[in-house]
Amino acid sequence: MSIQSPESLAHAAAVRDAAEPPSTRSIATRPPERRPRARGRQLLRLLRALSRNGKAVAGLVILLVFVALALAAPLLFPGDPSRIGSGGATPPSAEHLLGTTAKGQDVLALTIWGARSSLLVGFVAGVLSTIVGIVVGLTSAFFGKRVDDALSLVTNVFLLIPGLPLLVLLAAFLPAGLGTVIAVLVITGWAGSARVLRAQGMSIRGKDYVGAAITSGERPLRIMLREMLPNMASIVMTTLLACVIGAIGAQAGLEFLGLGDANTLSWGTNLFWASSDGALMIGQWWIFVPSGLAIALVAFALALCNYAVDEVTNPRLRRPRTARSATAPTTVARKEDAR
Amino acid sequence: MRFILRRIGFYLLAFWVSITLNFLLPRLMPGDPVTRMLSRSQQRLEPQQIEALQQMLGVNGGPWWQEYPDYLRRVLTGDFGVSISRFPTPVTEVIAQQLPWTLLLGGVSLVIAVVLGNLLGILAAWRRGGLLDSVAPPLLVFIGSFPYFWLAMGALYLFGVMLGWAPLRHAFSVGLTPSWDPTFIGDVAAHLVLPALSIVLVSIGGWMLGMRNTMIATNAEDYILMAEAKGLSPSRIMLRYGARNALLPSVTSIGMSIGFIVGGALLTEVVFAYPGVGYQLLAAVQGLDYPLMQGLFLTITAAVLLANLLVDLVYVRLDPRVRVA
Repeated sequence: MSIQSPESLAHAAAVRDAAEPPSTRSIATRPPERRPRARGRQLLRLLRALSRNGKAVAGLVILLVFVALALAAPLLFPGDPSRIGSGGATPPSAEHLLGTTAKGQDVLALTIWGARSSLLVGFVAGVLSTIVGIVVGLTSAFFGKRVDDALSLVTNVFLLIPGLPLLVLLAAFLPAGLGTVIAVLVITGWAGSARVLRAQGMSIRGKDYVGAAITSGERPLRIMLREMLPNMASIVMTTLLACVIGAIGAQAGLEFLGLGDANTLSWGTNLFWASSDGALMIGQWWIFVPSGLAIALVAFALALCNYAVDEVTNPRLRRPRTARSATAPTTVARKEDAR
Repeated sequence: MRFILRRIGFYLLAFWVSITLNFLLPRLMPGDPVTRMLSRSQQRLEPQQIEALQQMLGVNGGPWWQEYPDYLRRVLTGDFGVSISRFPTPVTEVIAQQLPWTLLLGGVSLVIAVVLGNLLGILAAWRRGGLLDSVAPPLLVFIGSFPYFWLAMGALYLFGVMLGWAPLRHAFSVGLTPSWDPTFIGDVAAHLVLPALSIVLVSIGGWMLGMRNTMIATNAEDYILMAEAKGLSPSRIMLRYGARNALLPSVTSIGMSIGFIVGGALLTEVVFAYPGVGYQLLAAVQGLDYPLMQGLFLTITAAVLLANLLVDLVYVRLDPRVRVA
């Protein structure tokens, strides 16, 4: 649901594939120059650079607050938050900070409890989609030829079939439940990351050290995991973040349509109930605002981290220190020359 | 030409995959879909409806290798069976009523988002580090983080319920009959504003950032420097030299984003009770109308694939490198 969707990343990869003028987002065309001595060193360097990046810090802080709230939900609001209380819909007050729903449930409790399932499903589905993407992308890039042709074809077909309608169709046929929601999100979400990771994998596949590893008789699996994957750390990270954003949004959409698991409490189901109770039409804004805002804040935080990874790994996207004049375009070239 | 043929082949394959998916899904489920549907509908169905359902899902037929060609033939001849919830209207008829509204909503919001987003991106890249470049991207990323349907709900609440500026639901007022007279067109436009606005708001940030980033790369090219040295006017350099060359990736992403817009339109339609295919798809799911569901899914897929083919054709026209290769 966000602009930093796997599709948009995949698009960036598609652009690169089409041999466009060098794109500024071209992480793939800017392969790591050195092979790291120790595994994970690149990742460590990336994390250190991120800790100095304002966007990354802001994003992480927002995320951590949400995770902490989600974990602390049983302490903050003991008891079943969806228990139907008396009193009906009341606007925010000292007793109920965010008011209550038409069924007398505390909106703040619903929102904080909802974070548990929303974050869990979002992260699990996001991680799984990324893993499928890594497997498909790396296999495709490493073996090339027929394998690549076949896998790329499948990936592209899945990219093209519209996601949400497929999501709706799958959810309608599969038995309801949290597992189904996750499975459906992975089925519709992996293709974008596979596309991006394949593009990056291809550029790494051409490096000398991969050739050396093949010559020295290392097994393909080992080469893929120990030689290629660590050098794709940054792009795996952006893909993962994009997948999580996509999954959280898609889950919310699915549940808003009433196709998720009706028994779980999540931001999507909160919005579903808000809408089916007609909260919108009678002006009970406090019922539908918190959950939507929570989704947006989490997605925004993830997007911030994503842009931060992008900026750290791609110097050309870093903000110029001072505002430039109308002649700004060429400063990029000048900067490049100076380096 | 070879490029186009290859693409057409690919789209046909993608379409075949979605048909097959449609064929397989009800069959892969444990148990008999018709019986399951019957139990869920609590015996509300007429015998003819059950028969129509069985025929569509092919559960009374022979083994799959006999059913499958039959299914393919029926789908390719446009026979999606009979709608269950609107028995006995054929599925194709139901879809034909809904499709124009989605095309209108999706088309209008796509065009506005693409044009406006790209213009903003061009300006932001041109004045890099300026006001537009520093304020708009974070703001649009934040707006883009909201779920489509939530923004639609917010717009509905703010402009529809609170301020009463725009109609709350449906594509046109009750009592009007569709025609081409100005009152009706005006009414449709008024009903279109809020749904389109919510889609545009969510998607515009992606266009802007994409364009901005390509434009920054393009602006570093030598021919821009050359144009500056020649003393061409800045607006000419920006639009004719920079933007024109940076536009190509945007064209590719139009194809990519169509599926996205369809998804967004689906949710937006539900919020506004806009009578498009998305709204109908949800109604079909809730009414356990499997034939209609499958028909709608295939229609949406076909529309997305066709739109992608159109984008490819435009791309060939715009980029000579594709023609040569």
